[in-house]
Amino acid sequence: MSQAEGASSNQTGKSARIARQVVLPFGKSLEISIKSIKVRFFRSMITVASLVLAVAFLSFILTGANVAAGLLRSGEPQLRLALVEAGYDLPSLPPPGVAPQDEAGKLSASPKERWIVILSLLVCTVGIVNAQLMAVTERFREIGTMKCLGALDRFILRLFLLEAGMQGLVGAFIGAILGVVVGLLVGLVRFGLAAAANLSPLDVLATLGISVAVGAGLSLLGVVYPAAVAARMRPIEAMRAQE
Amino acid sequence: MAEAHNIVRVAGVARTFTMGTQVVQALRGVDLTIKAGEYLSIMGPSGSGKSTLFNMIGGLDKPSSGKVFIDEVDIAQLDAYELAWLRNRKIGYIFQTFNLIQVMTALENVTLPMTFAGASQDEATEKGLELLGLVGLRERHAHRPQELSGGQQQRVAIARSLANTPAIILADEPTGNLDLTTGEEIITLLKRLSSERGVTVISATHDYKMLNVSDRVVWIRDGRIDKIEERSELDITVGGIGAREA
Ligand SMILES: Nc1ncnc2c1ncn2[C@@H]1O[C@H](COP(=O)(O)OP(=O)(O)OP(=O)(O)O)[C@@H](O)[C@H]1O
Ligand SMILES: [Mg+2]
Repeated sequence: MSQAEGASSNQTGKSARIARQVVLPFGKSLEISIKSIKVRFFRSMITVASLVLAVAFLSFILTGANVAAGLLRSGEPQLRLALVEAGYDLPSLPPPGVAPQDEAGKLSASPKERWIVILSLLVCTVGIVNAQLMAVTERFREIGTMKCLGALDRFILRLFLLEAGMQGLVGAFIGAILGVVVGLLVGLVRFGLAAAANLSPLDVLATLGISVAVGAGLSLLGVVYPAAVAARMRPIEAMRAQE
Repeated sequence: MAEAHNIVRVAGVARTFTMGTQVVQALRGVDLTIKAGEYLSIMGPSGSGKSTLFNMIGGLDKPSSGKVFIDEVDIAQLDAYELAWLRNRKIGYIFQTFNLIQVMTALENVTLPMTFAGASQDEATEKGLELLGLVGLRERHAHRPQELSGGQQQRVAIARSLANTPAIILADEPTGNLDLTTGEEIITLLKRLSSERGVTVISATHDYKMLNVSDRVVWIRDGRIDKIEERSELDITVGGIGAREA
């Protein structure tokens, strides 16, 4: 019996084909995405740059509020006056019957600042979508090749999501730290050492946490559409696209 | 030797491309049966539909009408998983532009299909090195594609196409981007794989050097099969026009 016939006999049943599916273990996906980021480091930096800035701005604003809250909570009248002078919307004397804790809690960014933060995050997300669409276009051939080698749509999707997730985490973390440091420096300049002395470490941690989460979330949000485009592409469309 | 079965059957396959108001008929009804273990060349002028036919046989594109059977299974009936399985296990692809994944080393390129097939890292590495050895590039396993010459890249691509011991190797102008000598090396390698491993090799080409090793040559013109020549007839025709070497 020829070798070819042997090979064919285990192909005859359709069930036999389905039994053995294609896989891409999570660890391997992670390995591939890390490699992709490393090799295309410059490209990744560009994708991440706007995210770093937007997240830094967010965490800068939040830190400013943290500093103000710390000063107010100290209960010292001259610090309160300093805040009022700096433009915070506060009565010069503590209103009776309101605990400094509660008052400090309301002391967040002004509506105008909030709008600017939201706007900058929005612009940054659009920037990420744009950068990721370009990245996908550059990688049409690679995506097509992987599909020819048996990759399923979701392997491709997962690779892009992992890459964006990692870029997002790193970028958002750098941005968050940057924002806190600058925010603190500005606080020191405006209010002196009291700004740092009264600052609650928990508030700072919360600011870092929020900023990283928002940054990583936006990075993922920005890649969903480009990754879906990449994953759904049929192999020949991907191959025909010349880079 | 037992009669080989039909590994590929193309029945009345047509493919039209519509671009705006313009309709291009790339294939106009092709019937072709390919036996397991055969070395088949598809020849024809540029634009005759070779790549289109290649994509149909490889399950990379769907015919506008007609059917393609691989091992007598109509590939239009396969779902996404089965199609991926087919591409992963059953068919090895070789392209004119090599299409190695640029961010991966030679070895990683060769082992990727094995990873998709569920092989362990160790298994894959061992087999990958063995395959790179087969194409004479074992020492270059840690090199990235851009550090390899065109011929070397194509050899890595051949090693990759063999990763999951496919029954069919589909090659679209595998020597198209290579010089004469390197092209010849690649052809010799493909021929060796076909005769030693019993792999069915289907190759679209312009390259007349391919004729010498082919069991059959299918000539395509304007999306139709012009003629099919057997090995025996080939010697005469090719000899006749003096294109035959050695
Ligand atoms: N995706 C597509 N969209 C539109 N037209 C296409 C597409 N693919 C192929 N064609 C057309 O189909 C015809 C056959 O193309 P094909 O690529 O199969 O030729 P070929 O024989 O491989 O040529 P070559 O030897 O130059 O590679 C050509 O006229 C081409 O323009
Ligand atoms: Mg072609």
